[in-house]
Amino acid sequence: MQRYSIFSLARNALTGHRNWPQAWRSPAPKPEYDVVIVGGGGHGLATAYYLAAEHGISNVAVLEKGWIGGGNTGRNTTIIRSNYLWDESAAIYEKSLQLYEGLSRELNFNIMLSQRGVLNLAHNEHDLKEMSRRVRAIRGNGVDSEILSPAEIEKLVPAINISRDLRYPILGASLQRRGGVARHDAVAWGFARGADDRGVDIVQNCEVTGITRQGGRVTGVETTLGPVKAGKVGVVVAGHASVLAEMAGLRLPIDSHPLQAMVSEPIKPVLDCVVMSNAVHVYVSQSDKGELVIGAGIDSFNSYAQRGSWHVIEGQMGALVELFPIFSRLRLMRSWGGIVDTCPDASPILSKTPVDGLYFNCGWGTGGFKATPGSGWAFAHTIARDEPHPINAAFSLDRFTTGALIDEHGAAAVAH
Amino acid sequence: MLLIHCPYCGPRDETEFGYGGEADIARPLEPEALSDAEWADYVFMRTNTRGRFKEQWVHSHGCGRWFTMVRNTVTHERGETGVFGGVEPEADG
Ligand SMILES: Cc1cc2nc3c(=O)[nH]c(=O)nc-3n(C[C@H](O)[C@H](O)[C@H](O)COP(=O)(O)OP(=O)(O)OC[C@H]3O[C@@H](n4cnc5c(N)ncnc54)[C@H](O)[C@@H]3O)c2cc1C
Ligand SMILES: [Zn+2]
Repeated sequence: MQRYSIFSLARNALTGHRNWPQAWRSPAPKPEYDVVIVGGGGHGLATAYYLAAEHGISNVAVLEKGWIGGGNTGRNTTIIRSNYLWDESAAIYEKSLQLYEGLSRELNFNIMLSQRGVLNLAHNEHDLKEMSRRVRAIRGNGVDSEILSPAEIEKLVPAINISRDLRYPILGASLQRRGGVARHDAVAWGFARGADDRGVDIVQNCEVTGITRQGGRVTGVETTLGPVKAGKVGVVVAGHASVLAEMAGLRLPIDSHPLQAMVSEPIKPVLDCVVMSNAVHVYVSQSDKGELVIGAGIDSFNSYAQRGSWHVIEGQMGALVELFPIFSRLRLMRSWGGIVDTCPDASPILSKTPVDGLYFNCGWGTGGFKATPGSGWAFAHTIARDEPHPINAAFSLDRFTTGALIDEHGAAAVAH
Repeated sequence: MLLIHCPYCGPRDETEFGYGGEADIARPLEPEALSDAEWADYVFMRTNTRGRFKEQWVHSHGCGRWFTMVRNTVTHERGETGVFGGVEPEADG
């Protein structure tokens, strides 16, 4: 792998940038691997990377039906934070944030992590009380979190409407300063390049159509490029988790819903932290290009269509303009949808399954981008050792039988 | 936005309706006889079909009644609607 540096940049500039090597190969799938990862989103690529980097398992293929990072990884609003309520969540999301903090260096790929702070607004007395309870719990887990008064919010975000005349006035906010955003494509590409360098085959345009089993054990997958044998199979397909589960005769507590996001035309810097509101339901940040990146809520109905309804966007804009009247004359440039895998307790599943050698990583729903490195790290451990790491043991599929749910509906505040 | 055909009131905007998810999940008749795994299946596990999917809707801002609808979850193409209890309404559907 050619390392990226100021020197390689200068060297390649001299030849007009025509001689950069490919960041990863495009091999045809081999007939057999130790581990096959289904799904080349950030989580699947991170899993493959950590299998090779941390567990010495590099006879691995990532099979992706489209192009890598073309699913939710390339469609999300890239908010990263670890201020979740429960101990189990704090452990895995904070692990992920810590990995993010070192990721550009580890991967020699600039993922453009920007720890600009994530602000969660409170709009009524109940929000405020709930927030102070939450912030205490979060700090108790060693995760940074603080409460801001309206005056402090106004100082941090001058463009926000702090007036008491709002229908839902801003009474306070919690702030995680280490939260922020990162470049989503770069996260997928960086992990792909690092995994490829360690011998992982990344195979695009290869859809998995069946999961083959013998005597309760997985033996491989059927794909549009032919059968591939595997000792172990890890499925990381987000919105398509139920489809893959059915191939193995399993049922999941997952529903697939459209989730939309949109960007405005680019403007000069006006917003330098992430602002989220649960009550009026909007989350917004400004990209380096100057576009406002705005996220919506899910459509109520089940869908695999990667597009959502117009009225959801309308509601979103209403909330945004109420909080930031200054944005009311901006035009939207693009909107798009992804298919998110929602789980009843708003927590993910990283788990062994009743089929030996078959593992599922899904249920991240509206908020898994922030977890990409941590999820891959824990899932790689689960696959390599055939047992969960302590930080993902609680996120097993059997919690729906035992009742030990991890209810994070409130912590997520909004869909993101 | 979907155009939903309430079997009682006819075609209306999706915003008039509430979503009830997968249809035909029957409450267990003998709850005390169920194992934990069977409870988990009833309470949490979902078919989440990719393709023709039978779901339930309620016309909250209309007649207030529940009904079932078949819809393709990839194309959003609408299939047949059905009513609970098997009594077909007289209104246009
Ligand atoms: C609009 C929107 C906004 C969001 N905002 C945020 C946010 O601000 N912060 C946050 O933390 N999270 C956010 N999320 C959620 C986040 O994007 C996801 O949780 C996360 O990216 C999931 O990553 P993944 O790698 O598991 O899935 P994906 O990136 O979707 O990857 C799954 C891959 O599996 C492939 N696949 C599917 N079926 C098959 C098959 N049969 N064979 C082979 N490959 C297959 C797909 O093509 C896809 O590339 C948002 C999501 C959306 C849609
Ligand atoms: Zn009606």
